Amino acid sequence: MTDANIEFHAVATTAEVTEDEPKAVSIGRMDIGIYKLDGEFYAIDDICTHAYACMTDGYIDDGQIECPLHGACFDIKTGKALTAPATVDLRPYEVKVEGDQIMVGVPKADD
Amino acid sequence: MSDDRTFVIIGASQAGGWVAQTLRNEGFEGNVILLGEEPYLPYERPPLSKAALLGEVTVDSTYFWQADALEEAKIDVCLNTRVTAIDRDAKEVVTENGDRIAYDKLAITTGARVRKLPIDGADLPGVFYLRTMEDTLAIRDAVQEGATAMIVGGGWIGLECAATLTKLGCKSIVVEAADRLCGRAVTPEISDWMLKFHTGNDVDVRLSTGIEKFEGNGKLERAVLPGGDTIDCSIAVVGIGVIPNVELAQEAGLKIDNGIVVDECARTSDPDIVAAGDVTNHPNDLLGRRIRLESYENAQNQGIVAGKAMLDNTEPYSDIPWFWSDQFDANLQMIGLPQDWDETATRGDVESNEFVTFYLKSGVIDSAISVNNPRDLRVGKRLMQGQKQVTAAELEDPETKMQALLKR
Ligand SMILES: Cc1cc2nc3c(=O)[nH]c(=O)nc-3n(C[C@H](O)[C@H](O)[C@H](O)COP(=O)(O)OP(=O)(O)OC[C@H]3O[C@@H](n4cnc5c(N)ncnc54)[C@H](O)[C@@H]3O)c2cc1C
Ligand code: FES
Repeated sequence: MTDANIEFHAVATTAEVTEDEPKAVSIGRMDIGIYKLDGEFYAIDDICTHAYACMTDGYIDDGQIECPLHGACFDIKTGKALTAPATVDLRPYEVKVEGDQIMVGVPKADD
Repeated sequence: MSDDRTFVIIGASQAGGWVAQTLRNEGFEGNVILLGEEPYLPYERPPLSKAALLGEVTVDSTYFWQADALEEAKIDVCLNTRVTAIDRDAKEVVTENGDRIAYDKLAITTGARVRKLPIDGADLPGVFYLRTMEDTLAIRDAVQEGATAMIVGGGWIGLECAATLTKLGCKSIVVEAADRLCGRAVTPEISDWMLKFHTGNDVDVRLSTGIEKFEGNGKLERAVLPGGDTIDCSIAVVGIGVIPNVELAQEAGLKIDNGIVVDECARTSDPDIVAAGDVTNHPNDLLGRRIRLESYENAQNQGIVAGKAMLDNTEPYSDIPWFWSDQFDANLQMIGLPQDWDETATRGDVESNEFVTFYLKSGVIDSAISVNNPRDLRVGKRLMQGQKQVTAAELEDPETKMQALLKR
């Protein structure tokens, strides 16, 4: 299923993201974190929904990313907020890999 | 299946809010009544000395849950409501205006209040404390660029306040009675780092001294130092510690010892009453002793455990104490309570304000503090939790990947 309102952007190469080291990228004004988990790539919003922190500066453990500031954990695959203090999920984005390029799908800018 | 029980919570702040929210998260369908004397919905206190004092965030954005979320969760929040007594025989709480509210289970999350400065002039307008949103709004109102701000107490609150007021254009002077900063919480070398860091950011820090009295004609105009010297100042913020609000529990006959005494599941000496947050004295398995903490994570996680205990879902609370502070551009984080260690390892660069210092006891991390390096600290927390053997040399080696230490 392809969504005509989604536009894919090349944001990183597959070598730039490892299971322990995610990568922060931006598309327009959106900050997005790219993760690798069990060989697959995932993309979720990079700014914590609690206060303000880059999630990619956090710590990855067991499929979760832990906020570097106050420790809220989110599911890397879905962006779901798993622990306090976060109560709001991180938005997940579609990811495709073409060659060695990681492509992230975001809504088309409406201009 | 309907549940006609009523669970009442006294203190509508972080711990109390998490008790209420947890009851709902766990599926409790009875009444949840959250009573608080402040005029605001449960809000985060950490921004009070940071972003909220700077004016970077609105009051609403400090709420843990917005009004509609609380309503949706059917949490009955009664603000401006001070509880004056707990009648354990009748199982009722009594409010300031004489209302009696019956409870099946009760949570006490009354937190702590500021310790007052017992000197002349401490009640002059212009002399502030910092615990509530009202305090922050009042200080913000009083701050004027170029003003001299006298900060009494070089602990966490005093140092954060000094940093924020400096950012707002004040000349901040910190007076601290002890011979080092934050002495109750951090090791001497971290106190030294703090002194250098604050001095380097134009804060005037004066150790081993205090204020004799404040003077002014109808409002604060100057501070008089012990030797008789005076410093003109238009604003003062006092941060000399807090006192747990145990009186309600004490008068109701619950066990008190530097806080309300609770077990590992936040239960008090009355089986129908739990307590959580700054107000409790609780056991910590990892440290092997009882502690009373004044920290965000403690209020949150003990609050969650207390909510579960009200539903007889007992889950022991024994987190590694964790605390953070933001001062100027430094994010400090601390795990454990440094007390007893035989080795120190510093990873990173102290001079450039990016490091973690680990304190080891018999090859296991006993506590650690980080400056602008939260990730390594968080790995350290897991090493500590797992009681993993590590050496000072490998922690200090920049080539060592912290994660690798966890995996072996
Ligand atoms: C300025 C400031 C900055 C902080 N920064 C940090 C930080 O950076 N990191 C960190 O880890 N921690 C920080 N803390 C500590 C953290 O905010 C507290 O540990 C936490 O708020 C404790 O939550 P609590 O719910 O136990 O108690 P409190 O937040 O004290 O709440 C208790 C509530 O109970 C109410 N109450 C009391 N008695 C009654 C009564 N009889 N009837 C009705 N209501 C009553 C009070 O009005 C209050 O609203 C900071 C605290 C302050 C003040
Ligand atoms: S900013 Fe992420 S948990 Fe607070």
